[in-house]
Amino acid sequence: MPLRVSLFVTCIVDQLFPQTGLAMADVLERAGCRLEFPEEQTCCGQPAYNSGFQEEARSVARHFLEVFRDAEYIVAPSGSCTSMVVHHYEDLFRKEPETLEEVRKLKSRVFEFSDFLLNVAKVEDVGARLDRVVTYHDSCHALRELKIKDGPRRLLSRVKGLTLKEMDIPEECCGFGGTFSVKFSDLSGAMAQTKVDSILRTGAGAVVSIDPSCLMQIQGALARRGAQIQTMHLADVLSSH
Amino acid sequence: MNPIPVEQLRKTLANKGLVEAIYSSTGRLMTKRQNSIPPEIQDDFQEWREQAHQIKKHTLENLDYYLEQLEENVAVRGGKVIYARDGGEVAEFIVSLAKEKGCRRVVKSKSMTTEEIDLNESLEDAGLETVETDLGEYIIQLAHERPSHIVAPALHKTRYQVGDLFTEKLGVEREEVPEKQTLIARRVLREKFLAADIGITGANYVIADSGAIAIVENEGNARLCSSAPKIQVGIAGIEKLIPRAQDLATFLKLLGRSGTGQPLTVYTSFLSGPRREGEVDGPEEFYLVLLDNGRTRLLEDSAKRQSLYCIRCGACLNTCPVFRKVGGHNYPWIYSGPIGAVITPQYKGISEDPWLPFASSLCGACKDVCPVKIDLPQILLDLRAEAVKAKIRAGEAKLERLAFRLWAWVMRNPRLYEAMSLFSSAITTDEGGSSQNSVPLVFNTGPLKEWLSQRDLPAPPPKTFRQLWKGRSGAEGDSGGQA
Amino acid sequence: MSRDNILHRVRTAIGRSAGQEPEAPPPPLLKIPEVSMDRRIELFSAALEKLSGQAHIAGSQEEAHRVVASLIEGKSAVASNAPYLRECSVTSLPGVFTGYTDGAELREACAQSDVGLTSADYILADTGSLVMLASPEEARLVSLLPPVHIAVVPRERILTGLDELFTLLPNPAERTSSMVLITGSSRTADIEQILIKGVHGPRMVHAVIV
Repeated sequence: MPLRVSLFVTCIVDQLFPQTGLAMADVLERAGCRLEFPEEQTCCGQPAYNSGFQEEARSVARHFLEVFRDAEYIVAPSGSCTSMVVHHYEDLFRKEPETLEEVRKLKSRVFEFSDFLLNVAKVEDVGARLDRVVTYHDSCHALRELKIKDGPRRLLSRVKGLTLKEMDIPEECCGFGGTFSVKFSDLSGAMAQTKVDSILRTGAGAVVSIDPSCLMQIQGALARRGAQIQTMHLADVLSSH
Repeated sequence: MNPIPVEQLRKTLANKGLVEAIYSSTGRLMTKRQNSIPPEIQDDFQEWREQAHQIKKHTLENLDYYLEQLEENVAVRGGKVIYARDGGEVAEFIVSLAKEKGCRRVVKSKSMTTEEIDLNESLEDAGLETVETDLGEYIIQLAHERPSHIVAPALHKTRYQVGDLFTEKLGVEREEVPEKQTLIARRVLREKFLAADIGITGANYVIADSGAIAIVENEGNARLCSSAPKIQVGIAGIEKLIPRAQDLATFLKLLGRSGTGQPLTVYTSFLSGPRREGEVDGPEEFYLVLLDNGRTRLLEDSAKRQSLYCIRCGACLNTCPVFRKVGGHNYPWIYSGPIGAVITPQYKGISEDPWLPFASSLCGACKDVCPVKIDLPQILLDLRAEAVKAKIRAGEAKLERLAFRLWAWVMRNPRLYEAMSLFSSAITTDEGGSSQNSVPLVFNTGPLKEWLSQRDLPAPPPKTFRQLWKGRSGAEGDSGGQA
Repeated sequence: MSRDNILHRVRTAIGRSAGQEPEAPPPPLLKIPEVSMDRRIELFSAALEKLSGQAHIAGSQEEAHRVVASLIEGKSAVASNAPYLRECSVTSLPGVFTGYTDGAELREACAQSDVGLTSADYILADTGSLVMLASPEEARLVSLLPPVHIAVVPRERILTGLDELFTLLPNPAERTSSMVLITGSSRTADIEQILIKGVHGPRMVHAVIV
């Protein structure tokens, strides 16, 4: 029986990296999943939550809960968005017992893409091929809140023609942090440049991550340096052949 | 309400030498920490963290009991506990004690608590010569500066600056070799130790069942401060209490490793009261000053109370990518790094520096290394919500609030959300080049302009995912699985 | 009164009343590993050496005496009143001053001497630490003021580590006003993060294990 997957594309992928969303869909299908795209979806509410606007975040989160209520598996191409639902919704709704119940029922069905592939779909080799030298950036929410570290690397190791060169500081924050990058843009930029330095030291032609916001941040900083290095979401890599 | 110190941050970031010094020294401390927790003790280490967290939780939830128990035991050992509501009362006590006993010279070992209350200044004003004896603290005392790091106060100073300082303030011949500079300080400070009337120390732990304090250090100046002068005064915040001497086994295994990668610092002193009958040296009088200074206020909030678990190891500073870029002087108070960001608004009120909880990317690295498992990122999120409420009450943040309300309204209405994406793709160009061309002019102002100035983005794609999805394999909504 | 004010504020903050029984604390976490004496000596030596100290293993008290003699040759030393030092005849070596019962004299001797000679109440094998309890036999300044510290300790006093120490000694305050764990020599990295030894305490530590 194919796994019934509801795609939670996230607003950033929807707006800025739609190809990544399609890539994820392709990979999931190849892995044997039956896909749905609940059209009513918009955002998980993270931007408001991180900015201290909890009431506004809650109103958007309630919409999310409604949209995905009947989903069997909810898969997102983003560690931070997944973590928002799985870890922070409980804090958001700590004073609303009924909604809290809903959250608890839902969160065990929400997965970040690589985590779902490996641990639910039980697929490690998706038949991808990409002749590149890449390096991998551990995005903070995925690493520390979802404990995702080896999974993406295992998936990458099965991609034919691909060489993974670890940077010396894969776990150091790229400096995005949502509202942080707007309010503290100099600091955010400096953190991004430190990341770029490390990426450059690997000699890799591309940097891979499971978080589009990190990729966007790194992409911007790379371009600023005039570095000819591509940023690729894991889904983009896995859908290559 | 103070604004974000943009200029100050910019200035620091432009100082490449300083940025490099901070980044590399904190990096070294992180590596040392990691090396002191090899794989074979990883599991134990996590057990110690959990134990330490639970002990701190229990102690604070029963703090009045332990304070009273401590008091009794200090008295049994021949010492005296003094309660101080604020820095003024601490200074008052010491000054009147000095007056009563005819003391004029004070030596001090490193204590963030005493910096918190500007104790040195108060004592100097009252005519007491007060000498910092920790080498780094001594250096910045001579320089009239603030420490730039909880554990390494003179992190920002070069040997040349130290050479200048010693020549200017001590009248010695100029010396630039750190080993020799240290010998100079040793000589000068030893005289001070042996001539001092009062020795003031902080306390890493205050042990209720023993009536004792525990002090960890590497130099030996805390031992000297607590052994040579006739009168010893220990000063500690009330949150420093732990129930039993046996709990020290857990805390000591965490503290050195977390802060500097040492399984134990060079000296660990466990001091209870004045010298006993027959002991040849040691203080004749022992006072333990317990400071409130707002800690009881932090105790009130059960969600943020964990902020008081902090054992001042400095690990969160060394690990924080923000601190590692700008160092301690960019924080508004003496406590810097993630713990500083978390406690400053609680002590001073969120309205003073409402930007502080936002000066973080919420990467969570601090939480991973905190030996007592304080959920620092969560507290920052809570403080952000409080900051917003405070701003709204003060009539500020109107635009931001409106923006988020609009945003939330759009996000609750899929049709509206869809319409907006169509709109913004339609009015942006898909010319290549600078992102500032590809973002609608109305947005290219204020913070967004700043954000864009730091990075070059490609133009946003002409179609959104949902638009593309509709065209995918000709079908809408569901798709078949291909095994 | 500040005391009443603070205690009252504490109680209000945590929702307790005066005289209320506390909850039971989590039991102390103490795990003592099984380690043979030979292995303890090995671990201790390695740990102390890593800290740039030196461990000397003596097969007998006579050998310990000889080791100390060569270490302090030509130097002045102040020795604590530890009985074990007398047992090893260390106190009768040339250049050694001991038997101080007057604080001022002791302080003077410690400030002037090249070496401080002590025993130790315990040794912690895993961290390479000397555990010194202040007493009429062991004064504080002997292991602190002179630039070199030599401790002569019988091997039976070597414990596996902190957990064993606090199991044997759950309440050090009952025995002494000062218990100090000495783990290597005094050091600082306050100037440019460069490691420098002998800031305020001894720059060199020798442990003679008998």
